[in-house]
Amino acid sequence: MLSDYGPVAVLLLISVVVGFLVLFMSRLFGPYRPTARKLAPYESGMQPYGQAIRRIPVKFYRVAVLFILFDIEVIFFLPWAVIFRDLGLYGLAVMGVFFFVLTAGFVYEWKLGGLEWD
Amino acid sequence: MFEVPSVADLNVAASLPVTLLALGACVFLLVDLFIPQDRKYITAGLAAGGMLVALVLALLMWGDVIELRDGDTAFSELFIADTMTHVVNIVVLITGLLGVLVAYNYLERTKIQRGEYYYLILFTTTGVMLMGGANDLAVVFVALELLSIPLYILSGFRWPQEESEESAMKYFLLGAFASSFLVYGIALIYGATGTTSLPGIWEAVNDIVAEDAASKYLLLLGSGLALVGLGFKVAAVPFHMWTPDVYQGAPTSVVAYMSVAAKVGGFAALIRVLVAGMPNFVLDGETVAAWQDTVWLVAALTMLLGNIVAIAQTELKRLLAYSSIAHAGYILIAVAAAGTASVADEAVRAVMIYLMAYAFTNVGAFAVVIALEKDDATNTGLDSVRGLARTNPLLAAAMTVFMLSLTGIPLTSGFVGKWFVFKAALSADLVPVAVIGVVTSLVSAFYYLRVVWLMYFEDGESEASTPWPLASAIGISVAGTLLLGFVPYLLSEMTNDITLAFGG
Repeated sequence: MLSDYGPVAVLLLISVVVGFLVLFMSRLFGPYRPTARKLAPYESGMQPYGQAIRRIPVKFYRVAVLFILFDIEVIFFLPWAVIFRDLGLYGLAVMGVFFFVLTAGFVYEWKLGGLEWD
Repeated sequence: MFEVPSVADLNVAASLPVTLLALGACVFLLVDLFIPQDRKYITAGLAAGGMLVALVLALLMWGDVIELRDGDTAFSELFIADTMTHVVNIVVLITGLLGVLVAYNYLERTKIQRGEYYYLILFTTTGVMLMGGANDLAVVFVALELLSIPLYILSGFRWPQEESEESAMKYFLLGAFASSFLVYGIALIYGATGTTSLPGIWEAVNDIVAEDAASKYLLLLGSGLALVGLGFKVAAVPFHMWTPDVYQGAPTSVVAYMSVAAKVGGFAALIRVLVAGMPNFVLDGETVAAWQDTVWLVAALTMLLGNIVAIAQTELKRLLAYSSIAHAGYILIAVAAAGTASVADEAVRAVMIYLMAYAFTNVGAFAVVIALEKDDATNTGLDSVRGLARTNPLLAAAMTVFMLSLTGIPLTSGFVGKWFVFKAALSADLVPVAVIGVVTSLVSAFYYLRVVWLMYFEDGESEASTPWPLASAIGISVAGTLLLGFVPYLLSEMTNDITLAFGG
């Protein structure tokens, strides 16, 4: 029964090897002339200084949660849209239930002012 | 190729009470947005009405007035509508109705009247009902989350008061932790049996036991972890730590509802997972299920700790919290007894009888605490009942009935519940744990009757406010407690048809 998981172990091994290959291939074959600027975490953009733990307005979380909501909606809708003819009335009914629950939550947030930035 | 089912195959009719209530909760959520703050009684009325309709449906289905033509499983066998489902529905819907009745005026005077309260109650109720009909481990998990997450929010309903926030935070963190135990257990059970469907697990367990396969250890570990996750929900020792703190900090009307609803849900899940799914999981020539010893040990610990620590409490809400731990222990005796194959059905009936009896009594006891509580959430100590018999004799009499019922004095529903539970334990040869049950019941008489003593024989100026919804809830609870106590036939008749065996 444990041998059923053999392919998973092989996949794990391959992915580790490929990961290391990708990391070190350019180092092996490409030119390497480091400068201070090139070694910085972000070559362009702001300096990543300061504490990692700091206060962030809770509004961002609200937007993030809302984003997940629609993200999941898309994840479910796209495959359904591809084969919705095969699924027929059953697919429509099930998707309708999903969409109803989603919309109920969205309308609730909208009406409570969850989409206002200030 | 995946066969597309037709809509009729879903057999939604079998799950009508729970689907209707879920739909109602979603609709009321939107309707409430358009109800002004000073008319929240409309939301309360809608919620109560929805639960009443679902209750009538559940009663009709229980009484076989509504015949299920297409069998009793729904949603591709994820949901099952057997007698146990109907009884769980009836118990939790009655609890929910009482929960709305005790809440309205309490929320009004403590200034936390918000529409969210009522449909969060509806969502929790939906979760418990779904749990009663779960026929698949995935449904067990979804139902558990559906019943827990609204309760986390409800515990913190009196924000920004610190006690309430603390209670919500503790409940949420520990509850999320416990849920992960359950998921891990489900994963291991799936690993051992290759299916999440409970009838499928039943068959797979038969094979595992017959072949004595090594995956029995996986199954043992999985069922143990599931027991941890569900033991948390029903507040069994050693997973009880959250109970007193959460019950003390949460608004009392929430506690009145959740102390019963969460227990009904948790025990429905325990019965579905252990008694329906793997009653045939027998190890090494034993004759009883492998999980029986663990469950009765947990039951014994729960009864001992709950009852003994309750003696030291001076806060009424904490006292009732420890009492609810103790009662989880009594119900667990019956769950343990269900591990003996010949007693399984009798024991499951005992669990449902106990829950029904407990629902009326415990909601009633908390309703009396609500009546005593001041608007700023104080005055819930033991002192608050001093002299209640002189200032409010009816309320004191009701509290006396509840306390006697929680002790398990004859002619109250609590006695009937305990009687059936101990009877199941004796049938399953679990004599030591039954003895512990009887002895701890005697211990519990001390702290329950002390409340009665304080009300009748001590001086004090106890004040209580009982607006009509609260008064009617207390009235219904007293009536239920006494009726079920005087006519135990009602309870045994109600649960008579419960059978869970899949194959045998």
